[in-house]
Amino acid sequence: MSEYLILLVTTALVNNVVLVKFLGLCPFMGVSKSVDSALGMGMATTFVITLACGATWMLENWLLVPLGLGYLRILTFILVIAAVVQFVEMVVKKASPELYQALGIYLPLITTNCAVLGLALINVQEKSGFVKSLLYGFGSAVGFTLVLLIFAGLRERLALARVPASFAGAPISFVLAGLLSLAFMGFAGLNFK
Amino acid sequence: MIAAILSLTLLGAVLGFGLGIAAKKFAVETDARVAEIAALMPGSNCGQCGFPGCAGAAAAIAEGSATVTVCPPGGKALAGALAAKLGISIDLSGVADAGPKIAAIAEEICIGCCRCVKECPTDAIVGAAKQIHAVMREACTGCGNCIDRCPTEAMKMEPVPVTLQHWVWPKPVVTEAEPSWA
Repeated sequence: MSEYLILLVTTALVNNVVLVKFLGLCPFMGVSKSVDSALGMGMATTFVITLACGATWMLENWLLVPLGLGYLRILTFILVIAAVVQFVEMVVKKASPELYQALGIYLPLITTNCAVLGLALINVQEKSGFVKSLLYGFGSAVGFTLVLLIFAGLRERLALARVPASFAGAPISFVLAGLLSLAFMGFAGLNFK
Repeated sequence: MIAAILSLTLLGAVLGFGLGIAAKKFAVETDARVAEIAALMPGSNCGQCGFPGCAGAAAAIAEGSATVTVCPPGGKALAGALAAKLGISIDLSGVADAGPKIAAIAEEICIGCCRCVKECPTDAIVGAAKQIHAVMREACTGCGNCIDRCPTEAMKMEPVPVTLQHWVWPKPVVTEAEPSWA
């Protein structure tokens, strides 16, 4: 049990998918203007990543490895991820039209979110079991959501701050992202032994 | 090879079938009038109405937050068609149907301040600081954003000039004369 807990903390904080592995930066900068849409995006991405990690594990171990089709890995993974994202899009459109409007173009872009494919491929590389794959995906996605929320909150404050004209807008956001990344480097000192 | 083709086909078929079922199950009822109105719109998404594209304008017209005369390129004909579709009567005599217009720069007044260049959504205005600007007619969508930005009122909307690239043979004019055999 504690092994799974450690896995969750490690993936969410120590090896944070955005700030340490630098995956999924597009929605990190794109959907972090307001906390509400950041939360929606984080939930949608969490759902997609967890589902995609499970689906790709089944695909890898039941189809690609037995048939020796390793070279089709990225192709099939993208196919499955795209299908999952389409499904999520339908559900969001039905369940919450406001969220659907707020996420806009970034919702279908989860398909090309490199964090989704990246986590699936890391799972293959690490040869994790099914539960571990799911947890790895879920933990990373929670880390993604957490960072997105923190960043969105900071940017909401930043919108009220007086920023020098040359730094206004995207530049100060990048500076902020760098500082946040530095802060998350601190988690590298966590020791569970 | 065969295994790869078969497994990919199977995977695609299963996913497609699943998504098809999900689309039926999670279908959202949309206003049928929006699609019908959107079909009437020019579809060029020029943005002159101030809505995000023709679909956005169609949604606004359907819910009543925009008038049927909102579309400049559609002109009088579109306004009449939309009014008929929505079952409202409208006085179209006041609607000027001047045809499409694009931005033009009066070069003798342009001071080269670059403000219109920054405003243009399609990068149709070329120019550098203290150089006379020019509008590239092929790129201009006629949104009119640049007009108010000009400090010297050098920007104005003009009817699309006829050039060698645009010119078409005029349609034959039906003569009203009596046929000779009558």
